[in-house]
Amino acid sequence: MALPSHATTFEKVWHYVFLVICGLIFLFLIAPILVVIPLSFNAEPYFTFTQKMLSLDPEGYSLRWYERLLEQGMNAPNAVAGWWSDMWNNAAWVRAAKNSFIIGIASTLLATVLGTVAALGLSRPEMPFKGPIMAILISPMIVPIIISATGLFFFYSATGLANTYPGIIMAHAVLGIPFVIITVTATLVGFDQSLTRAAASLGANPRRTFFKVTMPLILPGVISGALFAFVTSFDEVVVVLFVADFEQQTIPRQMWNGIREQISPTILAAATILVAVSIALLTTVELLRRRGERMRGITPS
Amino acid sequence: MTDAAASRGASPLDPHAAVAAVGGGVAPTGTAPLRAADGRPLKAALQRAERVNRRRAFLLVAPLLLFVLVTFLFPIGNLLKQSIWNDGFVVHENFATGTRTPIMQNLGGWFDANPPGTPANEEAFAALAADMAQLRELRAQGSVGTRINYEVPGTRSLFTKTARRADDLRPPFMEAILDVDEDWADPALWAAMRGASSPLTLNFYLAAVDLERNAQGDIVPVNENRAIYRDLFGKTLVLSLVITGATLLLGFPVAYLLATLPLAKSNLLMIFVLLPFWTSLLVRTTSWIVLLQSQGVVNDGLVAAGIIGDGSRIQMMYNQMGTVIAMTHILLPFMVLPLYSVMRPIDPSYMRAARSLGANSFTAFRRVYLPLTIPGIGAGALLVFILAVGYYITPALVGGADGQLISNLIAFHILDSLNWSLGAALASLLLFGVLILYWLYDRLVGIDNLKLG
Repeated sequence: MALPSHATTFEKVWHYVFLVICGLIFLFLIAPILVVIPLSFNAEPYFTFTQKMLSLDPEGYSLRWYERLLEQGMNAPNAVAGWWSDMWNNAAWVRAAKNSFIIGIASTLLATVLGTVAALGLSRPEMPFKGPIMAILISPMIVPIIISATGLFFFYSATGLANTYPGIIMAHAVLGIPFVIITVTATLVGFDQSLTRAAASLGANPRRTFFKVTMPLILPGVISGALFAFVTSFDEVVVVLFVADFEQQTIPRQMWNGIREQISPTILAAATILVAVSIALLTTVELLRRRGERMRGITPS
Repeated sequence: MTDAAASRGASPLDPHAAVAAVGGGVAPTGTAPLRAADGRPLKAALQRAERVNRRRAFLLVAPLLLFVLVTFLFPIGNLLKQSIWNDGFVVHENFATGTRTPIMQNLGGWFDANPPGTPANEEAFAALAADMAQLRELRAQGSVGTRINYEVPGTRSLFTKTARRADDLRPPFMEAILDVDEDWADPALWAAMRGASSPLTLNFYLAAVDLERNAQGDIVPVNENRAIYRDLFGKTLVLSLVITGATLLLGFPVAYLLATLPLAKSNLLMIFVLLPFWTSLLVRTTSWIVLLQSQGVVNDGLVAAGIIGDGSRIQMMYNQMGTVIAMTHILLPFMVLPLYSVMRPIDPSYMRAARSLGANSFTAFRRVYLPLTIPGIGAGALLVFILAVGYYITPALVGGADGQLISNLIAFHILDSLNWSLGAALASLLLFGVLILYWLYDRLVGIDNLKLG
């Protein structure tokens, strides 16, 4: 993108205009995510910067929405005795977080194990019907979520899986599977098959070969697939809306309620925490990708 | 070569297999076929090994395939069935006990005996009266009325009212029932009941494209003030196209910048694209509400800067504009990433060659660079469009009444109006559209080329 020395004046001007345009687009991408962070510390119940906040007056800032995040739904938020157990058992957001993690982790495990094994089969050259099967396994990502949720709604009402944890976990696992398949097959593309043959010729049985040779090499792909699956579940609200009960409310479901009913800066506090979570996840995936490329001897091109 | 060894060797071209076969003892003499260690012809042994390998590969995929079949494809099959099958008029299910009782059998018999278009006579009303008595007994008049109400609005009360007085009905039934409510004479109502008396029906698809059957059974457009679905499908398509165009317009320069910068810098800037991609959808939607609402950050900023007056704040949220802005932001990474992966390998010397051959920078871009990026534009645009037509959450939260898409109406029919079959028919139409686009995507881009992050 460096400007060549023979550039005309017009090209020079255009070059800087272009950079400004790109800067504005980057701002469009990132500003909405960053704007919630300072606003979540607002001392007033407004969704905008107050005069005090702009003048960086400490009085304009507070942690009250984070406290509210913990206290909402508690029996006795002001009691000293039993505050922790009350919070842990009754606070609406805490319960939603627990549900999100239970459902997220269970569905991630299911999706990752099934998806990784399937990806191993799919990337073998002798796999029959590879194209159609791949298309079916990826389809949960392409089919609009409202359609999957409607189908699950009918199916679960008929089979009694509606309003149960296993029902939601299975549904979320299906939605996460395409991500696991895509990332793990992408990792296996660069996988040197002669390594497994070498292991076999040295006397390792297939299971040992898998755990000692294949698995360590594809692990970065598997983990990033698992993270994608986890985020899919952690961020999913439509299926929860359709097939879950009050008991199984997750964080996104709680946010949905918050946005639709009593919109308050508590939502912004929750959003800020989720942004922090997504930054952590992004960092992890990026580090894993680099590690995976190093291990497979691919230099970044 | 033993079976175990055969199954371990990978392909017919595997050098180890050939070595094993030759070294296995039976030396090839003259024209005799090569033989494996156990004496079978090499070709047969290899074919067998190949078969075993195919089965093994398939067995690895089988558990997942079964899982997806049960928790994804089967429910979608269920949905398709629901869209053409509604037995609410012929079977009553008691939800407490689970027993299913056939209902409206007398009327069904009359419909079978008389061709469509026959005006309802005394015999028909007698059948109706008998069925009403049964409905009253089962307390099923509400659900049956609801079923007919889907097709002829405002008729549910006819059923509840008539069933309540079913025991007082005396012959002549025609007079007695018309006495309860004269709306029973409506031929459209009888046509709807005839249609509903067979559970297999395409009427919900007709309703989903603003058509209906009139009293003669012909397909006609519905009354204009009830025709909403075609407009909504149209609006969904138009808004999706606008969003796709907007993501392309914003995504192209960014992808170009990222693709032409040195890798260290572009990896850093890539965070701006990937962070939104990894951030919760509801967080991003909330942010847009914060930014765009009339007391929000953008309007406050504009007022503070004196660009607009306090009284004339721009309404950017809870309308189509809100839907378009928020969805463009949410789907932008899906445009940038495929574009970037196509642009990165383009050799910069092509552009230099074009310049040295006399093209100015604009011509070089238009004639050389742009055509090379077409696969990325196609992949990104198709992906964004597919995701946009089925979007639900963002329009539901920021779209207001005006910015709703077809998905929102599907959810409305499933969760609120409980007209499941119509919701299923709308969902099926959307599904067919998306599957065609998916097939196109697979043909043009290939799903194996889908990349994440």
